[in-house]
Amino acid sequence: MVLVLVEQTDGKVADPSLQALTLARSFAQPVDALLMGTAADLTQHGVSVAHVAEHVALGSFAPDAWAAVLHQLAVSLNASAVLAAGTERGNEVMARLSARTGLPLAANCIAVSPGPPVTLTRQRWGGSLLEEARLNSERPLITVAPHVVPIEPAPMPAAIERFAPELTDSDLLVRVVERVAAVGGGISLTEAKVVVSGGRGVGSKEGFGMIEELAGLLGAAVGCSRAVTSAGWRPHTDQVGQTGTKIAPEVYIACGISGATQHMAGCKGAKRILAINSDAQAPIMLSADYAVVGDLKEIVPAISAEIRKSR
Amino acid sequence: MAGLPTSARCVVIGCGIVGNSLAYHLGRLGWRDIVLLDKGPLPNPGGSTGHASNFIYLVDHSKEMTALTVESVRQYREMGVFTQSGGVEVARTKERMQELTRRMVSAESWGIEPVSLVTPAEVKQLVPYIEESIILGGFYTPGVGVVDSLRMGTLMREQGQSSGALHVSPKTEVVGIDVEHGRVRRVRTTQGDIEAETVVITCGVWSPRIARMAGAHIPLTPAVHQMIDVGPVPRFKGAKSDIEHPIVRDMDTNMYERQAGGDLEIGSYAHRPILYDPEDMPSLEQAALSPTEFPFTQGDFELQMQHALELMPEIVGDESVGVKYAINGILSLTPDGMPVLGESPDVRGLWAAAAVWVKEGPGTGKALAEWMVHGESEIDLHSSDIARFHEHQKTRAHVRARAAEGFNKTYGIVHPSEQWASNRGVRLAPFHERERELGATFFEAAGWERPQWYESNAPLLEEFRERVTSRTAEWESRWWSPLINAEHLAMRERAGIFDLSAFTIFDIVGPGALQSVQCVALRQVDAPVGRVVYTPVLSPNGGFKSDLTIIRLSEDRFRVVTGGASGMSDRKWFHDHLPADGSAQMADMTSSMTTIGLWGPRARAILSSVTSDDVSNEGFKFGTCRIIEVDTLRVLASRISYVGDLGWELYITIDQGLKLWDALWEAGKPHGLAPCGIGVYGTTGRLEKAYRAHGNELETEYNVIEAGMAAPRVKEEDFVGKAAHLRHRAEEPAAILCTLTVDDHRSKSGEKRYMLGREPILTREGKRIVDRLGRGSYVTSAGAGPSVGKHILMAYLPPEHAVVGAGLAVDYMGESYPVTVAVAGATPLFDPENLRIRA
Amino acid sequence: MRILACIKRVPITGGRIVLTEDSRAIDTRHLGFTMSPHEECGVEESVRIIEANGGDSVVITLGPPEAVEQLRDAMALGIDRAIHLQTDGQEWDGETTAAALTEAIRADEAASGPFDLVFFGNESADSGGFQVGARVAFTLGRPCVTGLKRVAIEGASVRCEQEVEGGRDVYVVPLPAVLTVKEGLNLPRYPSVPGRMRASRKPVAVNTPSRPDSRLELVRLVVPEGQGRRAEVLGSGAAAAPAVVEMLRRAGVL
Repeated sequence: MVLVLVEQTDGKVADPSLQALTLARSFAQPVDALLMGTAADLTQHGVSVAHVAEHVALGSFAPDAWAAVLHQLAVSLNASAVLAAGTERGNEVMARLSARTGLPLAANCIAVSPGPPVTLTRQRWGGSLLEEARLNSERPLITVAPHVVPIEPAPMPAAIERFAPELTDSDLLVRVVERVAAVGGGISLTEAKVVVSGGRGVGSKEGFGMIEELAGLLGAAVGCSRAVTSAGWRPHTDQVGQTGTKIAPEVYIACGISGATQHMAGCKGAKRILAINSDAQAPIMLSADYAVVGDLKEIVPAISAEIRKSR
Repeated sequence: MAGLPTSARCVVIGCGIVGNSLAYHLGRLGWRDIVLLDKGPLPNPGGSTGHASNFIYLVDHSKEMTALTVESVRQYREMGVFTQSGGVEVARTKERMQELTRRMVSAESWGIEPVSLVTPAEVKQLVPYIEESIILGGFYTPGVGVVDSLRMGTLMREQGQSSGALHVSPKTEVVGIDVEHGRVRRVRTTQGDIEAETVVITCGVWSPRIARMAGAHIPLTPAVHQMIDVGPVPRFKGAKSDIEHPIVRDMDTNMYERQAGGDLEIGSYAHRPILYDPEDMPSLEQAALSPTEFPFTQGDFELQMQHALELMPEIVGDESVGVKYAINGILSLTPDGMPVLGESPDVRGLWAAAAVWVKEGPGTGKALAEWMVHGESEIDLHSSDIARFHEHQKTRAHVRARAAEGFNKTYGIVHPSEQWASNRGVRLAPFHERERELGATFFEAAGWERPQWYESNAPLLEEFRERVTSRTAEWESRWWSPLINAEHLAMRERAGIFDLSAFTIFDIVGPGALQSVQCVALRQVDAPVGRVVYTPVLSPNGGFKSDLTIIRLSEDRFRVVTGGASGMSDRKWFHDHLPADGSAQMADMTSSMTTIGLWGPRARAILSSVTSDDVSNEGFKFGTCRIIEVDTLRVLASRISYVGDLGWELYITIDQGLKLWDALWEAGKPHGLAPCGIGVYGTTGRLEKAYRAHGNELETEYNVIEAGMAAPRVKEEDFVGKAAHLRHRAEEPAAILCTLTVDDHRSKSGEKRYMLGREPILTREGKRIVDRLGRGSYVTSAGAGPSVGKHILMAYLPPEHAVVGAGLAVDYMGESYPVTVAVAGATPLFDPENLRIRA
Repeated sequence: MRILACIKRVPITGGRIVLTEDSRAIDTRHLGFTMSPHEECGVEESVRIIEANGGDSVVITLGPPEAVEQLRDAMALGIDRAIHLQTDGQEWDGETTAAALTEAIRADEAASGPFDLVFFGNESADSGGFQVGARVAFTLGRPCVTGLKRVAIEGASVRCEQEVEGGRDVYVVPLPAVLTVKEGLNLPRYPSVPGRMRASRKPVAVNTPSRPDSRLELVRLVVPEGQGRRAEVLGSGAAAAPAVVEMLRRAGVL
């Protein structure tokens, strides 16, 4: 039996967890799920039993507590492998589980085949490079890279079993004590359907005026490359990339961005990439769907003008 | 977008500063169907131009380099991409201050104005953030500036395209160059093939790789130049342009500091030489920055930070100023520090312009275009000629060794006679061991180890004591010995034996040989067999391409003997003029034959004691040659002299050279035969006889009339440069080559100083002398004349100054010395009737 | 206050990753190296906290001899000294790296006193294992907060903020603690020239731990497909604007 940690918000299961459930079936064993605090509908996802952990302290996120719960359940069920989504939380909880259990962890996998030893493919460099590896472990711990494995429905009447884990004070030492809401306004990078991004080629802080103008017309969020944040032209919250925000819009418009792997790791989730660059040989041309070659200082305002005209 | 043409008049490979300039100038000179390619994108395809520091200092000790730079600045200004900032080269040491006075001298010789030596306080006024207490002074050139080399390239391409002459094709990688029958035919690219009979490689660090596709050599190596950018500099806050303060070269530390907008750029040539293989450069996609911007190696910059901090503590020592950017920029280095220009000697129609930096790019593009279109350029490019390299000089090991050695001399104080230390002992005369035993100090020529003087002659110093000048100033005694003067006097009084192995020798053989040689020689070479003809070789415009000796060995065999330095260029020139029908062939004899010179009043006595052949004046006339027997050796003896004394050049195959040397040496003992070095052959003996030397007096910029070498008649047969030569004969020369002597050697300190050459000739009032063609007068050669007791200078002077007895002045090391015109024209100071060589 | 920053030397990749012939590593012949971006922020934060509170800072790495360059980089930013766990260049996985670091931390603490804070990057730029910080914290028995974009010392505690969908989650944990941080935590300074010069004189203690076998065994690396396709050129210059608008319309975003 393979155990999968499933993340949810108010009963709605996040896609990466469903992707993890899909990949978990690669083990060709029954798949059980662990849900924290609240049950959720998993009947379409091949889950034999959905274990719901109930504990007063699980009201706010406490990563060590989650790891403890996962650990207790895995042991009591004698799970042959434990999986989670390669989200921030999934990776964090699994890292703590690996520390507790002294087991190796393979993060951000996109394929596994049962062993022993388990062979797997995992992401490096934010997905710009793949690693094929063997995982020698009596209980493989695996996180699944988000948005790579397609969710495959597998109807199965998931039984719901509730249980009460035991948590110590130290499990609860690290916990969310406060949630500060994001300062309103702007369209968030992760949710925007269109992102207009600028790179070093924009030339200056002021140069982003035309990027903002185009974004405004498209109802898009403004992004930027790492070179831009390093130069202090834009805040880091705007940065798209391996160490910035990873996005998946319908259209990504990259202006004056050369396309270093660090950047592409953040925007490869986009459905369509339009590159505007003076350099027809820029690496981004190898990842973009569409390209306009030339001076972005002429092209971007021209697109804005064209959009206005068409209205 | 129009596709790549399938044929072209000319394909230029590489869109750096040189390729762009060349393509532009070819179009201006009337060529059409020019295709300019680059594997990278435009405007910055990723070569060295893209990361160049882009500043231009004007003064170089090399006349050729200065001329190219000045012409480049003119073009940058014309295109509006030049920002004048001024530049100060600062000195931390006394030696450097002396070097700065030499730079003043070079500036005057090459006509760079204004320039001035400035005090530390004056430097501080120019560059307020400098720590003036650690410097002794500076050399200020207000005309120094910064260019936008990428913009320049774009403008040149645009003009070429709009005139219809040029097709530009970026992201087009060359994958092959087809050569048929020794001539380039076609360039194969990722975008298709282009038929072309003229292809130019302007690919910077990639040039060797592209050349190899055609089986040709471009001897250069990619090397690292480190640069960091620090900022933001509070003082530069709100800078309105890229540069508002003079650029500083910290010469003693091999570094420079320049403002770049709100930042300061610090560059260095001080680190260990870091060389790469041209085959091992990253691709555009693979490189994190650009293929010629390598990761910075901090460990090589530790000392440089210290030096920068010392000089500019206000900026560099500011904790708020950060190192924002640091690269190991890749540039091209050649084994001798000069560019690689011209048509490859390996493949006809394959041209190169490589190892050219931004400062000389447009000038080089123009000069090469002239060469390609007109057969010669206005600026003499002989020091940069791609054909100059001897075989061993094309090897990777040699290129790497010399580039490594030369790198740290980028801002160095380089003596005009300075010798290379690396890769020596490549070519040895068969009697090299004998020379070593005689205590020879070896200088290098074309890879040959040549004795410059011999320690074994020390007793001669005593003998000729009062006639041997002693030099007390360190600079002039460097790479020099009073033994040269002593050897000279021994030769003039008795006899000297010379190692002339470094001659380049090639035979032109076949029914078409006469015609082939005739068409490149100014003098009549259709002479009887056994005649030795010394002749200038002219460029199409009637300037000096070379000067050399042609021996008629038989009806259809001519032997060309020329100097080692220009030998390979000469060989290509003769090879290019072989008849198209194959009726004459060339055979290079350089490494088959060795040559020994035997000259002096006792030369005949010595030679006749080892041969039974007739070597009397009647039996063996000056200007003739024949085979004589010396013991069991058959020696080609040629009665000619470059030192102005009775004697012979003796040619023998290398395997028997030692035996000939030993025979002459033994025979010479009773006559007081002295081994003589090239110090005598190339300088003292030559100057006393007013013999001209290629690269000194003889350049394409001067003609035969000006050099005083015109014969009474011009031969009937056609030859290269004939029309121009006839024109020159009909007009008043703009300058006349004169011999001058120094009237007073004493400097202000009382120490006697001796010019070494390349100093400006001024009026006694200190005014620069310029002829009507704009050519300034400078010392083309300088050296002792021990037999005439004078320090001799040669210089071209306009007719109004080319008057015997005219008093002029020479600027040397910041002081003026009185000189007098001793001869206007070719008459020698020593033995003006040439009685000795005809004795 | 005593602070430790853990860093990792990683190559600066260009537009295309090229592998060595055996496909077991990236071909770094033409590449420069840096510390992972997240860790650079950890170093910067360490320096800022020490500047504000006094104390001393240490940087540690496990890596090849050349990783001393990254230690010097960290010291150029203001870290006081360095510990170099030198490897032969072979890769260590998260589990073995954490074990070696833990041992070195214990040794240093035994000699110089406990670290109030130990900074890690949330994950390394290259192998991205997401676990070294958590493992070290667990073994040392200290609280660990991950993925931080803001850190503030509040007396004997540290207030940490994590960016999450819709806002920030706040944690407050007592010192000593282990924090893993992300880029954006701060804007790291550029090293000054005097900083660089001081760095070359600061001490680096070298240790050579032996590498245990990895249970997560690398077999080979693969450059994913998708790199190498060619963009459809909609035009060049301003004239391409109508084609762009048409594309946006087809994509349903206009």
